[in-house]
Amino acid sequence: MSVPRFASLVSRSRAAAAPALRNAARSFSTTNAVRSAGSIPSLHTFTEEEVMLREAVAKFATEVVGPKVREMDENEMMDRSVIDGLFQQGLMGIETPAELNGSGTSFTAAILTVEELAKVDPSVSVMCDVQNTLVNTVFTKYANAEQKEKYLPKLATDTIGCFCLSEAGSGSDAFALQTKADKQGDYYILSGTKMWITNSYEAGIFLVFANVDPSKGYKGITCFIVEKDMGVEIAKKEKKLGIRASSTCALSFDDIKVPASNVLGQIGQGYKYAIEILNEGRIGIAAQMLGLAQGAFDLAVPYTFDRKQFGQAIGDFQGMQHQYAQIAVEIEAARLLTYNAARLKEQGKSFVKEAAMAKLYASQVAERAASKAVEWMGGVAFTRDLLVEKFYRDCKIGAIYEGTSNIQLQTIAKILKTQYAK
Amino acid sequence: MAHRILVPVKRVIDYAVKIRVAGGKIDTNVKHSMNPFDEIAIEEAVRLKEAKKAAEVVTVTVGSTKSQETLRTALAMGADRALHVEIPESAEVQPLEVAKILKAIVAKESPSIVLLGKQAIDDDAGQTGQMLAGLLDWPQATFASKVELNDSVLTVTREVDGGLETVKTTLPAILTADLRLNQPRYATLPNIMKAKKKPIEKLSPADLGVDVTPRIKVLEVSEPPKRSAGKTVGSVDELIDKLKNEAGVI
Repeated sequence: MSVPRFASLVSRSRAAAAPALRNAARSFSTTNAVRSAGSIPSLHTFTEEEVMLREAVAKFATEVVGPKVREMDENEMMDRSVIDGLFQQGLMGIETPAELNGSGTSFTAAILTVEELAKVDPSVSVMCDVQNTLVNTVFTKYANAEQKEKYLPKLATDTIGCFCLSEAGSGSDAFALQTKADKQGDYYILSGTKMWITNSYEAGIFLVFANVDPSKGYKGITCFIVEKDMGVEIAKKEKKLGIRASSTCALSFDDIKVPASNVLGQIGQGYKYAIEILNEGRIGIAAQMLGLAQGAFDLAVPYTFDRKQFGQAIGDFQGMQHQYAQIAVEIEAARLLTYNAARLKEQGKSFVKEAAMAKLYASQVAERAASKAVEWMGGVAFTRDLLVEKFYRDCKIGAIYEGTSNIQLQTIAKILKTQYAK
Repeated sequence: MAHRILVPVKRVIDYAVKIRVAGGKIDTNVKHSMNPFDEIAIEEAVRLKEAKKAAEVVTVTVGSTKSQETLRTALAMGADRALHVEIPESAEVQPLEVAKILKAIVAKESPSIVLLGKQAIDDDAGQTGQMLAGLLDWPQATFASKVELNDSVLTVTREVDGGLETVKTTLPAILTADLRLNQPRYATLPNIMKAKKKPIEKLSPADLGVDVTPRIKVLEVSEPPKRSAGKTVGSVDELIDKLKNEAGVI
């Protein structure tokens, strides 16, 4: 009979509860609880300058970038006026302090910038994202004072940077990189090749990860600040499926001389810097994918209320309603994951799992949203007369760069294991 | 000459928003931004400052707490400091009351020029600048599409029905900005951050001795009739018949 069994369950749980109550003081010591629910705002809460920045970037994106999007995609080239505009608006040194000619704003401000740009052009968005969340952050976190003073102002005002880690033989297995750096007096001689490097065609500053001592395995990987005129060669500019205006090149370093003073951080710690930075950069890519999804959605849904078939707007058919409602839910979920990861990082809390979740999910949502957007707009969306087909091509990279979706899943799983395995 | 330019700005429903009327009232739970003509006015004032023709640009708004964001935008575009004449969110001010407040602000700030947008895009009144000129007994050059300031003399090109008219006026004077005066700049991120440190002074209409009770009452707000499809007619007689008997316009 269920009743006696239930009674025994209750008495057993009461016995179990007693020691817990005695330990209540200890069990509440590690929470980050606040005093009352009234003071906890939703994730859609921003500071005044974050709101102003979002509006300014949205306006800039629509008016300056917007008219050039198709042309840049067809030509597979970023327009100089767009690059200059990003610098002039202060969007290439968002977190860099004002003393170093930056804008001195928050990480979330950078995330919002990347999101707003991606709503109009994911290519422009990734250029801004790599500059801010990868290149600038490496300098801010690990460079010495002279290096910061020398390079951060350039990166904030007129020089594009790029992050050179991947090679033909090492993508997800980044530590298997082969580029070598041999110490010779006051210089290191760098030799090797890098592949899939975003921004590299326009860049003047290259953060190159090379191994100073392959016998130490990944513990020889060191980060070098390399300037273009030290001899960096563009071996090949890739022709891509999507984000075509963003330059992606193979680079070669043919025994180039890099001053020893350009070692960034500590020798042999480059692998650590790369992993840590990519954990943060992930949130940037999540923001890019989020903006892409929203941009595609914002293009397609109004169309469904204009387009009439069988005597009514196609957006009013229940089949359509269910589809765009579902996508709206997923975009909102991706948005909350992204903003939450950004705020956790800003507050110095642990965010690696949340960042991986945000990037994983946002890139998946972007693909679904862009795909549906093309279907909702029908035949005309399949032509290059509209930009919605571009969102569909652009979204695919989200599951690949800055950590493939499989890598994100592994990162999340490893953290879950530490939480769940005894 | 150390000219001070006063630029009043207004927070209005964003120009891109589709206005909806619900229950006889306009749905105001939508995106708001600075009146576009006021953006043009701020831009012109900041340009005069950058050309060293003016020393200071002061911006002012009459509005609820939410209007503070409009002042921050003006500061981010280059205004030096701001005044916020705060009114309750439920209250509304009309052009004459705003002009009276501005007259009191002028007495406080002694600007050489008051540069306003020619009209607000919500009421389209186009009256405040002119009323202020009347209250102050100052010369006015409205619908300006070009402004030149040399040795305390303003030369202004105005867009009027017949074309362009150029007027000269001494200072102090009222100017209202028309669409083609300039292209307002984007607020860059460094300027947005600098704007945080610029002061916003708070005042109330009572502080300025102005009664802002509206004198004009809005009786009804309704959407314009929906556009319907046209009809093709076969002959002039049919056209006249339809215009007379169906459309009732002749």
